[in-house]
Amino acid sequence: MLQRLQHLLGIEDLTREQISFILDQAKPFQEFHRHPLKKLATLRGKTVALAFFENSTRTRISFATAAARLGADTMNLQAESSSLKKGESLLDTIWTLEAMRPDGIVIRHSSSGAPEFVAQRLGIPVVNAGDGTHEHPTQALLDALTIRDRKGKLESLRVTILGDILHSRVARSNIHLLGKFGARITLYGPAMWVPPELESLAPNVRRVSRIEHALDGADVIIVLRVQTERLHEPALAAEEYILQYQLTSERLRLAGPDALVLHPGPMNRGLEIDPNVADGPQSCVLEQVTNGLAIRMALLYHLVGGAASEAAPAPATTGKE
Amino acid sequence: MLLIKNGHVLDPSSNTDEPLDILLDGSRVSKVGANLSAANVEVFDAAGMIVAPGFIDLHCHLREPGQELSETIETGTRAAARGGFTAVCAMPNTQPVNDSASVTRGIVERAAAVGIVRVWPIGAASVGSKGEALAEIAAMKGAGIVAVSDDGKPVATARLMRQVMDYCRELDLSVIDHCEDSSLFAGGVMREGPRSIRLGLKGIPAQSESICVGRDVEVAMLTGARLHIAHMSTRASLEYVRGAKKQGLLVTCEVTPHHFTLIDEDVRYDSHYKMNPPLASREDRAALIEGLADGTVDAIATDHAPHHPSSKDVEFDRAPFGITGFETALALGLGELVHPGKISLKRLVELFTTGPARVLGIERKIAADEPADLTIFSPDHAWTFRAADSPSKSRNTPFDGRSFRGAPMATIVAGRIVFRR
Repeated sequence: MLQRLQHLLGIEDLTREQISFILDQAKPFQEFHRHPLKKLATLRGKTVALAFFENSTRTRISFATAAARLGADTMNLQAESSSLKKGESLLDTIWTLEAMRPDGIVIRHSSSGAPEFVAQRLGIPVVNAGDGTHEHPTQALLDALTIRDRKGKLESLRVTILGDILHSRVARSNIHLLGKFGARITLYGPAMWVPPELESLAPNVRRVSRIEHALDGADVIIVLRVQTERLHEPALAAEEYILQYQLTSERLRLAGPDALVLHPGPMNRGLEIDPNVADGPQSCVLEQVTNGLAIRMALLYHLVGGAASEAAPAPATTGKE
Repeated sequence: MLLIKNGHVLDPSSNTDEPLDILLDGSRVSKVGANLSAANVEVFDAAGMIVAPGFIDLHCHLREPGQELSETIETGTRAAARGGFTAVCAMPNTQPVNDSASVTRGIVERAAAVGIVRVWPIGAASVGSKGEALAEIAAMKGAGIVAVSDDGKPVATARLMRQVMDYCRELDLSVIDHCEDSSLFAGGVMREGPRSIRLGLKGIPAQSESICVGRDVEVAMLTGARLHIAHMSTRASLEYVRGAKKQGLLVTCEVTPHHFTLIDEDVRYDSHYKMNPPLASREDRAALIEGLADGTVDAIATDHAPHHPSSKDVEFDRAPFGITGFETALALGLGELVHPGKISLKRLVELFTTGPARVLGIERKIAADEPADLTIFSPDHAWTFRAADSPSKSRNTPFDGRSFRGAPMATIVAGRIVFRR
């Protein structure tokens, strides 16, 4: 029996079946985006609060668009808004939002664990849109959807993650998700950002010390953004990073022509990724964005729509519910 | 006059471990002996209970002056009495910092007026605990401090530590250090390891503590002064202390109940698991218990650190460090150390009495003419700790709702029963 989700706080606690269920639910929404009229009435009358305590453009727009296309209204709280600047506590802020009776809340926050903190204190579904350096579950789900579409399966892939893994919530969620499907995961990046404890996150995670070893035979390569703004560590010179860690066309050849290249965006073109790779045939970057919408629609439908474990609505019959 | 009858007296100072009665006259012990009786006395029946010298807590934060929303001398000492403590050493990181005789006097006077148990202030080592100039340590000693510390942070530099130690050797005071290397600590919120990686919380490496312990032991060697390591949490730190003791240096250390009970794997997104030093690894916990058993560790100290709920009920990385500790200390010692057979009951009593007394350079014993400070406890009494029932102003404890075997039954300070279960 599939355990119905109350919240989406992270990938770590999901089962393989729950993940597959979400990916399956996203399928019809992928088709839906090709329709000329992109609006359902499924969540008409529902309100989704978008509480972005940390700045975000891409993820916020993706969730807002997903909610709009399902017919839901949104309430927006943004990091630069005045109450946060005035030092209102997280608890006061979410109670204020709750008092306006939203049916679900999407949270991005710079503190790891903030969505769980909120979920324990509110009676509505909480979706984690990225918390600190903990998890970014919708990113891992949209990556999984992208990989499954291209590779025809998620099981037993050789996945390589490149870059600043220590500070990456995307990497953690991907390691948990792909690990549950039996992936062999290879990590490579500056040693200070790839500590040995990362290997304990999932079975079959290993670190390597040369980029050649990281790329050889990889089915999927996930390139992480260098989050220069997040780091307190002594910064590595950009030239050093490019020399040692950039995914170049030449290095990509080690992985073979069928290897997929994913990047959560926004990209630092020319820093962690060679523009030729970013725009090349192996890159899935724009598909990831489109799939992000489908995943977020499926989740909002499932969590906010309160549709238990019924199948997703057939999007072609717009406005049926 | 108060007669304590039918109890089992456990006094590590004299190796007493037998059924004895104790007669208190005013604030002093009058007589210790078998089958005592006296006319017109109040009798406390301690049948089935252990009667020990009064417990001393070397490390707590009473938050007065300046942070009375979290705790006061009155509420804190009331909680201490419930924990069986007859004397508590108050760390100087109040507002203002206890770095002058006038602040010390204020604390002493306030404690005399409203304190439920004895309050022994610890003075700051440096002015404002800023790590620059030496505080007025001699003047504070005159006003009643029992040791010095810049607790909350380490004594800033080896050079300052040398000056503080040289001065305190002359004044015959222990220097208590909160050991941490701030450059390694670097904004961490829990112990660095597999759990911090999984939770995405910034880690503090174990070496942040032990590097500083190593430095302090070296300076103790240079100065010959008495050094006490506060809330020690790692195996490597313990090894430095063990080595120092072997060399005959006057180095002592304390361990908190939470560090011998919990480990980093217990941490979740709940700020009641956030303290400094952070909960350590399973191996470190095992080493600390070994040190508690073999005598390397001198005292159990609570590091009672109350924080008002509004400051703790926030995101993990934004919450202040610290948990309350008075009321659960003895029960955790019994539950984690004595009942599983790791240490004897006598050794546990030592860690709460003669051990901390020795750190302060005083004696602690039950004998005629000694102050009538006694802790009476049951090693078996079953109870459940409810933070909501605590007299403390704060509720920040990971042990709320925990069931225990063993509890303080009565706390006697200067001949008066200040707490009775």
